[in-house]
Amino acid sequence: VLFGVVPFGLTTGVAMVASGIAPHATVAMSLLVFAGASMLAATQLLAGGAPVLLVLLTTLFINLRFMMNSASIRPHLAGLPRRWRLLAAALLADNSYALCIARFTEYPRMSGKLWYYLGAAAPVWLAWQLAVLAGALAGSGLPASWKLEFAAPLAFIAISVPLLRDRGTVAAALAAGVTVVLASALPLRLNLLLAALVGIVAGLAAERRRA
Amino acid sequence: VTPWLAILGMALVTMALRASFLLLPEGVPLPPLVRRALRYVPAAVLTAIWTPELVMHGGTPDLSLANARLLAGIVAIAVAWRFRLTYVTLGIGMLALHLFSHLS
Repeated sequence: VLFGVVPFGLTTGVAMVASGIAPHATVAMSLLVFAGASMLAATQLLAGGAPVLLVLLTTLFINLRFMMNSASIRPHLAGLPRRWRLLAAALLADNSYALCIARFTEYPRMSGKLWYYLGAAAPVWLAWQLAVLAGALAGSGLPASWKLEFAAPLAFIAISVPLLRDRGTVAAALAAGVTVVLASALPLRLNLLLAALVGIVAGLAAERRRA
Repeated sequence: VTPWLAILGMALVTMALRASFLLLPEGVPLPPLVRRALRYVPAAVLTAIWTPELVMHGGTPDLSLANARLLAGIVAIAVAWRFRLTYVTLGIGMLALHLFSHLS
């Protein structure tokens, strides 16, 4: 699991600093937000002068998946004291979630689910924080001629292209990509939100046609 | 840039999403249409973020062969599609960018 977290964390740190976010702000965002894709997206928006409200809306859209993860892991962590569930929520990340849900689905009656979850999630959290820190420190010392700001779109390609597994997701991505360019004249980078909505509708439509 | 307001807001939004169902009482399911729509959110939003980075050049779309970012991005998309490995996509994408900027 850590093999996926470390390169993505390094890239996020390097790309954020290369795009003009101060290294200490990069590390602070990583500690407080702990969600790479939304951090990179916020960086792109802030570097482009977008208002904070749009940054928060984009964060909401990108991290909506945590709501689904949270919903699907809930039955396995039910009945625990609230403070443990809060800790579980704070450490919720894609990699450790995927590992745990696979295990819990295969062995629904296993004991010590909380410890299994924390045993997966805590190392992922730590590896991610150290990778971002290393990337932010290295990034501020690297020359601009390396064009490291291009690492941000590359990281998004690396996360999003493997998500395209069926007609619905391919339609959603294509529609969103075309819309964001066609609507690029909209103010405040609102083309991003419009593209997200058009993409979701296209995904639902493509899915329904097959059914 | 030290965008503290954005960082604090993002932290609140993200924590609320993470904690949403773990802290709610039992028996509050997501409506089916919402659940289906949520499947397409990551593909749509993430694609909408990187597309302008490849296509737009100084405020207008540039689909010509002189656009090194577009060419390198196409290479990276093919690599990501085929290998699904973060660091391979990053490495080859950066190499392709430098190669194409050198050529044009």
